[in-house]
Amino acid sequence: MAVDKLETITPTEAQLKARRNRNIAIGVALALFVILVYVASIVRLGPAILNRSM
Amino acid sequence: MALLEKDSYEASGFQLSEATASDYLALLKPRVMSLVVFTAFVGMLAAPVPLNPMTAITAIISIAIGAGASGALNMWYDADIDAVMTRTSTRPIPAGKVKPGEALAFGLVLSALSVLTLGVFVNWIAGGLLAFTIFFYAVIYTMWLKRWTPQNIVIGGAAGSFPPMIGWAAATGNISLESVILFLIIFLWTPPHFWALALFKSGDYERAGIPMMPNVAGEESTRKQIFAYALLVAIVGVLPWYFGFASAAYGLVAVLLGAGFVWYSWQVLRMSPDDRKMKPAKALFGYSLLYLFGLFAAYLADSIVERAMTAAGA
Repeated sequence: MAVDKLETITPTEAQLKARRNRNIAIGVALALFVILVYVASIVRLGPAILNRSM
Repeated sequence: MALLEKDSYEASGFQLSEATASDYLALLKPRVMSLVVFTAFVGMLAAPVPLNPMTAITAIISIAIGAGASGALNMWYDADIDAVMTRTSTRPIPAGKVKPGEALAFGLVLSALSVLTLGVFVNWIAGGLLAFTIFFYAVIYTMWLKRWTPQNIVIGGAAGSFPPMIGWAAATGNISLESVILFLIIFLWTPPHFWALALFKSGDYERAGIPMMPNVAGEESTRKQIFAYALLVAIVGVLPWYFGFASAAYGLVAVLLGAGFVWYSWQVLRMSPDDRKMKPAKALFGYSLLYLFGLFAAYLADSIVERAMTAAGA
């Protein structure tokens, strides 16, 4: 891959807007998933979650 | 700014995506998902065991995401036929908003996450049933039955019938007669529901090459089969009361709703072959949705009253 053949492309306004929209959705979904796993772990393992033998 | 080799992206027709979150949400078939969530919730609440609210929420979210994932896999595989049917031509892939590969990856990742979450945090009977449901819908129905046999939605209907069973399994950790009856209600309801649609959308299915019952066996045979299934679903709908799983109030609602289903199907059976407007078929399609929602809502109300009475007596 020759360096001089490399080109950059500039996203259009619509593409940037759509990407930002997707990024926000991924961020929100990820945050909700982390909360779900955290709370479900507490419920599943109980208050002794940090007091388990390794 | 994206760094790419110009020759390669031009040759491959590469372009940056303009898909938004709502396009990905549409891949999850939100309307189907809402019915799945509702029936799974009924199955869960009907189970005679105490429910941890957080476990219930985790189960419902997992089942909803799993159902959505199977919808995305269905849209990935069926993009070619979706494009030629008026009802489905605006879906994200035929509309050019989401690429097939993106939908496939989205569906696979969500399938894995939903099954793992349900298995790890609720139980593996429910997780296993969810995995089987996704497999059944995406592979057995979508890839195999749908384009092969007019019994496609009869057998494939099992996929849509599992959610109350998964809900029940999430609550109890097992499968029992109660959950099998809830499964059977949806299983027997599916053929008259879809064949009513197929009657007035037969042109769509014919263009797409899908062997739906009206296109293969003819309208008359389809109308007879719709009526037969309507009789069966009306009977099975009453079984929860017959076996003592639900109250007489539920039984009464089931009898009335079932009688309505049979009546609407009778109208379809009597429909003239020259009737191209097919109002009775459209009416049956609308009523079938009302029937399923009404029956499960009655079961839900019954379960809530039962739980309240048990709590008051305890």
